[in-house]
Amino acid sequence: MARINLEKIKHSYSSAAEGVQEYALKEINAVWKDGGSYALLGPSGCGKTTLLNIISGLLAPSEGKILFDDKDVTHMSTSDRNIAQVFQFPVVYDTMTVFDNLAFPLRNRGFSEAEILPRVNEIAKMLELEDSLKKRAARLTADGKQKISLGRGLVRKDVSAIMFDEPLTVIDPHLKWKLRSKLKELHQRLGITMIYVTHDQTEALTFAEQVVVMHDGLVVQTGTPVELFEHPKHTFVGHFIGSPGMNILPAENVNGEIGFAGNSIKIASVKAPKNIEGKLEIGVRPEFIRFDNDNDPNSIPVEITKVSDLGRFRIVEVKHEKQLIKLISPEQDIIPSESPRIIFDADKTRLYADSWVVN
Amino acid sequence: MSIELKGLVKRKDAETHIYETNLKLSKGGFNVLLGTTLSGKTTLMRLMAGLEKPTKGEVWFNDENVTGIAVQKRSVAMVYQAFVNYPSHSVYDNIASPLKVAGVSKAEIKSRVESIAELLKLGPMLKRMPAELSGGQQQRTALARALVKNAELVLLDEPLANLDYKLREELRDELPKLFAGSGATVVYATSEPMEALLLGGHTATLHEGRVIQYGVTADIYREPNNLTSATVFSHPPINTTFVDKKGAELFIRGVACCTVDERFKGLADGKYILGVRPHHLTPFSTDQHSIKIEGEVKVTEISGSDSVIHIRFGDGNWVSESHGIHPYKVGELIDLYINIKQCLLFDEQGELVKV
Repeated sequence: MARINLEKIKHSYSSAAEGVQEYALKEINAVWKDGGSYALLGPSGCGKTTLLNIISGLLAPSEGKILFDDKDVTHMSTSDRNIAQVFQFPVVYDTMTVFDNLAFPLRNRGFSEAEILPRVNEIAKMLELEDSLKKRAARLTADGKQKISLGRGLVRKDVSAIMFDEPLTVIDPHLKWKLRSKLKELHQRLGITMIYVTHDQTEALTFAEQVVVMHDGLVVQTGTPVELFEHPKHTFVGHFIGSPGMNILPAENVNGEIGFAGNSIKIASVKAPKNIEGKLEIGVRPEFIRFDNDNDPNSIPVEITKVSDLGRFRIVEVKHEKQLIKLISPEQDIIPSESPRIIFDADKTRLYADSWVVN
Repeated sequence: MSIELKGLVKRKDAETHIYETNLKLSKGGFNVLLGTTLSGKTTLMRLMAGLEKPTKGEVWFNDENVTGIAVQKRSVAMVYQAFVNYPSHSVYDNIASPLKVAGVSKAEIKSRVESIAELLKLGPMLKRMPAELSGGQQQRTALARALVKNAELVLLDEPLANLDYKLREELRDELPKLFAGSGATVVYATSEPMEALLLGGHTATLHEGRVIQYGVTADIYREPNNLTSATVFSHPPINTTFVDKKGAELFIRGVACCTVDERFKGLADGKYILGVRPHHLTPFSTDQHSIKIEGEVKVTEISGSDSVIHIRFGDGNWVSESHGIHPYKVGELIDLYINIKQCLLFDEQGELVKV
């Protein structure tokens, strides 16, 4: 097991990189603690898979260093780094039994059969594969095969880290939550550093203690799910995390008062807005907007354009002038039918200048 | 165009893929087929399209029996989960292809392709090749090709499944709006309950080759007519347990007891199945009618604003979904509250007990 240290990692796939745009990774600095669970989250093309490949040793970075504890592993192979990997699609030996598949990484490393037996049984039990141990892997369903892949990643106790590259893509949605819970449970029990790459915020937020949000070759924020939800440092994080994402509204600074389309907006975290420069935007999550029932002077008149009933809550789409705003209204709440007005929670509303949060 | 399936059956060799199905979809509506993998969604769509012949029964478009009519002669467009585009044709030619086949004039093709590309935000991509597009743009191209035909029936088979989460969210929002003005009848297959709710319209729940229930999406969610429909339409899964009703009291697995909810006062004594949706089981009490139960935490999943707690309750696995951050540890014993006012009750055969 190891602490992972990324020092000024940059990567370009073209040999003569000219200008900053050519870099798939622009500059990454991070320290990930031993035994932690991390998710690399971002859309296609954000650089998350490049970063994963650099950590696992499939790719050497163009610039920068990677350390496991204090050892420089920048140019070491995957096996020398002692990393286990689980990929998007199951990698199993169809003709071998489930047991032999799970034992394979241990036999490869020269463990004795006496050591292998209890460990394979333990992992099989955790993944609910005990009853299939004697079956050939070919006879399992896609889900079953991916469980074997997960098991092969988890079976060795001596690895520096386990890397997961979108491991639940092939899994039926009804089983996804089960395997996700299983992985989280296994992390809590085994205490091995786990790094999980995904574009799916639900997977990232539920699996990881720390979520690393990537955008355009940069890490825009690393934080706990709560931090990312309540304090997005960048409008991209606000938009990407949460479903629907944060409302990002054009803002103006009128003599130190923040306004949106002529309405004064209270933002508790911003004390002296007078000196703020750059393109200003107000960010407020749909969860932190409510209908005003008390004629609050700060409420904003809106027109309701769409209501989606999701059972647990409703997503209400409203319009103020030409700006669409989404808010979440709990199952029991009443949506006003006449001249609705909305109000933002001042403690949870953020101000952004040139996309970065203002404090 | 309205579509009606009359006594439709599909068998392949000894296996029945679709059991006898009667279903009528109204003209211009948005219809969701909701079910897990292998529940029969794709087969049902292929039967509607005419890509497969039914073993028994008929398919009607408006007042016409189209059962024997080939797919090319039906006014149908279909979009699949995998992005199907012609790799050697530009985006423009991809979108234009069904119009060229239909012999539409060049000038009209140009105006129709451009306006649909505008709608799907593909305007600047028209000269590119599919391989130069992102996954989302490729699927938009496939959607544009389906839309440009102005087909009366549009079949979308999990069209967003291969896309990034955020893109899916965006397109899910756009799709019903795109079709709203077109007059096309849309059928959309998905395995995700949340997606069905977001899309709205009507939903048919499917399970093992049978249509279980059909109606307004939110109504089916709120009032599933049986346990199967409730299970298909619940994610995380609905919690269930046998309960005993004795007089004015309801006994849950011998570990909890409560006064029978107003709704079920007139019910005969006996065994029932209680259905508790995960968000009606919370780590805090919601009102004075909540019933307290104790469970052992198996795992807690936290998203930004919500917690999903998996617990062991009696000899079953239950799930709670609630607002707020509740970071319980594995193995911890915790109290949870069932909001009995919101629960569903089924008889021993799994049929909903109507009030």
